[in-house]
Amino acid sequence: MATIRNRIILILVLVAASIWALYPRTVKVRELRNGVWYDTTQKQVPLKKGLDLQGGMYLALEVDESKGAVANKAEAIDRALKVVRNRIDEFGVTEPDIRKVGNDRITVELPGIKDEQRAQQLVEKSAFLEFQITDKTGALDKVMPRIDQIVRNKGYDKQAPGAAGPAPAADTAKNAISSLFTPSDSGKAKADTGKARAAAPTKGAARQADTGAAKSDTSDTGILNGASNGPFSRLIQQGQMPGEYYVSTTDVPTVSRYLAYPEIAAALPPGKTVLWGTTADLGTGASVTPLYVVDTKPIITGEYLTDAKPATDPVEGNIVQFTLNSEGGRRFRQETGKHVGDYMAIVLDGKVMGRPPVIESAIGTRGQITMRGQPLQQVQDLALVLRAGALPVPLKVVDSRTIGATLGADSIHDGFSAGVLGLVLVVLIMIGYYRFSGFLAVIALGLYVLFTLALLAGFSATLTLPGIAGMVLSVGIAVDANVLIFERIREEMARGKTTRASIDEGFRHAMTAIIDSNVSTVLTALVLFEIGTGPVKGFAVTLIAGIAASMVSAIFVVRTFFLLWLNRTRGARTLSI
Amino acid sequence: MLRILHDTKIDFIRLWKITTIVTLLFTVPGLIAIAISGYHYSVEFTGGTLMQVSFPKAPDVGQVRSTLDAAGIKGAEIQTFGSDTALVIRAQDPREVAQQTRGAQSVATEITAALVSRYGPKDKAFRVDRTETVGPKVGAELQQKALYAILVSFIVTLVYLAWRFEWRFGLAAVIATAHDILGTLAFIKYLHLEISLIVLGGVLTMIGYSLNDTIIIFDRVREDLRKRRKESLYDTLNRGVNETLPRSVLTHTTVFACLVALALVAGEVIRPFALVMMFGVVTGTFSSIYVAPVVLLWIERKWPRAVGERGGVGPRSVRDTPSSTQQQPKRRKAAGQS
Repeated sequence: MATIRNRIILILVLVAASIWALYPRTVKVRELRNGVWYDTTQKQVPLKKGLDLQGGMYLALEVDESKGAVANKAEAIDRALKVVRNRIDEFGVTEPDIRKVGNDRITVELPGIKDEQRAQQLVEKSAFLEFQITDKTGALDKVMPRIDQIVRNKGYDKQAPGAAGPAPAADTAKNAISSLFTPSDSGKAKADTGKARAAAPTKGAARQADTGAAKSDTSDTGILNGASNGPFSRLIQQGQMPGEYYVSTTDVPTVSRYLAYPEIAAALPPGKTVLWGTTADLGTGASVTPLYVVDTKPIITGEYLTDAKPATDPVEGNIVQFTLNSEGGRRFRQETGKHVGDYMAIVLDGKVMGRPPVIESAIGTRGQITMRGQPLQQVQDLALVLRAGALPVPLKVVDSRTIGATLGADSIHDGFSAGVLGLVLVVLIMIGYYRFSGFLAVIALGLYVLFTLALLAGFSATLTLPGIAGMVLSVGIAVDANVLIFERIREEMARGKTTRASIDEGFRHAMTAIIDSNVSTVLTALVLFEIGTGPVKGFAVTLIAGIAASMVSAIFVVRTFFLLWLNRTRGARTLSI
Repeated sequence: MLRILHDTKIDFIRLWKITTIVTLLFTVPGLIAIAISGYHYSVEFTGGTLMQVSFPKAPDVGQVRSTLDAAGIKGAEIQTFGSDTALVIRAQDPREVAQQTRGAQSVATEITAALVSRYGPKDKAFRVDRTETVGPKVGAELQQKALYAILVSFIVTLVYLAWRFEWRFGLAAVIATAHDILGTLAFIKYLHLEISLIVLGGVLTMIGYSLNDTIIIFDRVREDLRKRRKESLYDTLNRGVNETLPRSVLTHTTVFACLVALALVAGEVIRPFALVMMFGVVTGTFSSIYVAPVVLLWIERKWPRAVGERGGVGPRSVRDTPSSTQQQPKRRKAAGQS
């Protein structure tokens, strides 16, 4: 009697613990309302759903070494991890999971992400901010003939016939540029200059006119025109300020290709770097992309940045205002003091942002980045990544999974239906075949489902779609133990043993077989756990949890039921099995 | 008391010639087909891009294909997925995969752009439900990991069997399992299932499942051998199979019922897994009745037990014949188990 009571107490404790483990609890949830994140509380069952069930994004990132080898990758990835974590925290995703895998990989799980492209950019963007002085020595002009020579000699201009782009469009663009920026010129400007000029005063171009005219009365134009028949130089037009050039956007791939050749890179003036700016629309249907020649050594980098926030300026449009710390401010003041009258390019990830402003006097701790009419969201994101810090190394995505929330909800629904259907079938089979004993097994099966879910919650395992499949499958496997026991009891009874003896023998003899069959399944599940990615890992976990739970429910619980039944029906001799 | 297949005395082993032919007829053509044309592997293994896209109205697959061709996405495979309105696009061509070295998502972006230009804005004209983009490096890694997993699971299973049974039983169980694996490989080929991580999971689970079926029959045989020393092994094996028959039928029915539920209701992603497991249940039952006992019989004839071992596969014989006590520590361990 005492043992039965202890058994029942133990079962009740287990049930209570399971219910406690699964009881909905209040959690903080971040919710996006009208573009702003709010923290709210919600009651939730503490079962973590995998990305495949709730929708979201998984990214695996590695150091991108396409632009140069990285010396200490392991250390760089550690720092990158911190930055990525900061950014995601600022972005506001509920329960993100960011971790380092191995030595060279970061994985990011973002549940419930809607705009995956934005999220990806947020993670991938290096956000390396530099301030570089534009070149005022006409360094590129001086080497232009040589570059033309190289291009011609090596036959680079013939390599990609398609690279020049759709010819008519390119021509229009070039004409537009020539007419815009070499207004006094003879040979190149077409008769319809007036038309082009009329169309020209767009946001960017209008300002270019006043700033540029003042400063760029250099003699460069002559050199440029002289060489402008070269395969390289004819694609490039003098800009409005020192170190600025314009390239028709259709020619950008060609020019980029030329610049990437090692011979040409070597021919560029030492200590100078060539960077692209942001594309501007000329309003004539053609657009140009500025090319800047800047001092390679930045006067200051973004490491001194303490704050960045988006703002809207009546003239400039959307901007990001930033603040430097005191040390950065001191250096910035010192450096800009030396360069009064020069132009300073604000370079983000190797791209010049906006038009380099002229330094009128020494600048202190505050500055701004002009975004040239980019949408507010992008401006907000830039401010965010600047605040969170630059990535120490460029990262690239090596593996990604995105699952829409609708599909995830469908999966939960389908998985749940399959579970219910499977359970109903098993219940029918068990009760139909074993009657009363089957009914006991079915009650145990109910406890089995409860225990399995509680185990998953207790170990904060993640429930995935294959995980649900694993659970459904293990419902079928869970009754196997009972089948083994019941069959054995029947055999013992057939041999003429008493009900009580038969039950005892049945449980005892079936144990080996039960342990055997579970061990072989657990072993394979462990292997799967080792190799699997998220969803398959979930399958292995639920299978293991299911087997552990079934050992308790099918053996211990059902045994207790039998003992209880034997006690109640002291005289009864026939067991319905 | 409802009883099925109770107290049967079917001579299963007698049928071994027929069942061998059945097995060969099923497996060999499949294996030949695999040797000729191989399998279709999922994006996870090859690297590449998979996109599941749903449209408000059933799209013309040919049109989607030509749209992608025009956008320069080569060799993309397009299939409807579950319903007419959902498509799965797989870009696994080596050229596309190589492009993903720079960034895994580049091809997915191109596909989306191509669809936008043809059908209209994303989330209005169509919806991207699922994207998987795998760079070539990650794919290669997973291939290696999967191979490693298969090897490890074999070794683990072998070690377990070696520890659990003496070598004749163990070898018979291994051969039965090998039979199941080959049969499943052929089955996957016949159904043109894609080899994905989840299908691999199905195969590994199937191995564990079919193995324990064999183990349960062998356990019974070992127990019977201990009790009925005079019976021939042939009869004992048949008896073991017959005695465990109700259990086999019932367990397999419940598991099969769950798998049917999964295959019918749980959706397209789980269906291949459920199908592989369903076949696993069938072949596991078949092999533990027709393969494992027959092979065991053959092994016992080929390598008969020594005098001390005669008739004693079970541990009791060890205790009965003192001379062999020292030499058979392994089987004594097994005795402690049962």
